[in-house]
Amino acid sequence: MSQKRDDHAPGAPGAIESMSFSLAGLRAGFVRCTPIALGVAGYGFVFGVLADRAGLSAAEATLMSATVLAGAAQLVAVEIWAEPIPILAVVGTTLVVNLRYLLMGAALRPWFRHLSPAQAYASVFFTADENWALTIGELRSGGRRGAFLLGSGLAIWVFWVLATAIGVTVGGSVEQPARFGLDFVLTAVFLVLATELWEGRSTLPAWTVAAVVAILTARLLPGYWYVLCGGLSGSLLRAAWYDG
Amino acid sequence: MADLDPTVVAVVLAMSVATYATKAGGLWLLGRVELSGRTEAALDALPGAVVISLLVPTLSEFGVPGLVSATAVLIVARRTDSVLLALGTGMVTVISLRRLL
Repeated sequence: MSQKRDDHAPGAPGAIESMSFSLAGLRAGFVRCTPIALGVAGYGFVFGVLADRAGLSAAEATLMSATVLAGAAQLVAVEIWAEPIPILAVVGTTLVVNLRYLLMGAALRPWFRHLSPAQAYASVFFTADENWALTIGELRSGGRRGAFLLGSGLAIWVFWVLATAIGVTVGGSVEQPARFGLDFVLTAVFLVLATELWEGRSTLPAWTVAAVVAILTARLLPGYWYVLCGGLSGSLLRAAWYDG
Repeated sequence: MADLDPTVVAVVLAMSVATYATKAGGLWLLGRVELSGRTEAALDALPGAVVISLLVPTLSEFGVPGLVSATAVLIVARRTDSVLLALGTGMVTVISLRRLL
C-alpha cells in the first residue's frame, strides 16, 4: 500500500512520521469527549422515544444504536419506519444520509495509514460527527495519539446506547403522545439538525431545491421516496453550482 | 419489550453494514481515487438536503401551531446550542398553542 499524495496533511506541522495506539491515547479521547457525549445523549434519548413510537421494541432500538451509531440516519429511519418495513427506503436513506462519512474517513487517512489495518478499521466504526471533529482538531494541532478517535467514539457510543435504552423505555409509558406534543418532537429534532447543518447563505439554493422537489414528489409518489428525491436534487444542485 | 423480530434485526444489520461501508469506505477507497471538489461539495450537501426534504412536507401537517413552534425551536437552537432546551421550547409552544387555538 504505497501512498504518496497524502504525506503532508493540511494544517499538520510537517510530515507524519508515526502514530501511537495506546491506552493513554484512548483514555484521553474518552475523557475529552465525555462532555460532548452528554449532549449527544440528549439526541439518544429522543431517538429512543421516537423509536418506541415507530413500533420498535426496547431491544431493537438499543441494537440499532449499538450497531449503526449514526444519529441523523437513525432519526430518519424511525421517521419512515412503518408496517411492513419499507426496507429499501430505510436502508437507502441510511446510506445516502451517511455518505458524508466517506469524506470524513478520507480526511483521517494521512494519520490513519500509519496504524495497522485492524486498528484503523476498528476505530472508524466509532466515527460520529462530534468525535470526528474533535479528533481532526487534535491531529491537526500535532497530536499523534492514534487511539484518540476510538476513545472519543467509545464515549459517544456508551452515552448514545444508554440514552436510547432509557428513551425507548420512558417513551413506552407515555399514552397520549399528542397531548404532550410528542408528535412534534421529530419535526423539532430535524429543525435543530438543520441549524447544525446550515453553513451560511451558500446552503440556501440547495435547500430550496430540496424543499420544492420534496413537496412535489410527496404529492406524486407513494411512501417516502420524496426524502431521497429531495435530498439527491439538493445535492446535485450544489454540485452544479460548484465554482471551485 | 425485550423481543427481537427477525426482520427488524435484519434491517438494522443492513443499516449498520451500509453505515460502516461509508465510514470505512472513505478511509479505504478515497486514498485510491482522487475526488473532485465538485463531488465533495455534493456529498457534503447531502445530509442537509435530506433533512430539509423530510422536514418541509411534514411541517405543513402541524398547521399554525407547528409553524410558530418551529420558529421558536430555530431561535432557541441558534441562540443556545442546546438540543434539549430547543426541543423543550418547541413542545411547550406546540402544546400551549393547541390549547389556545
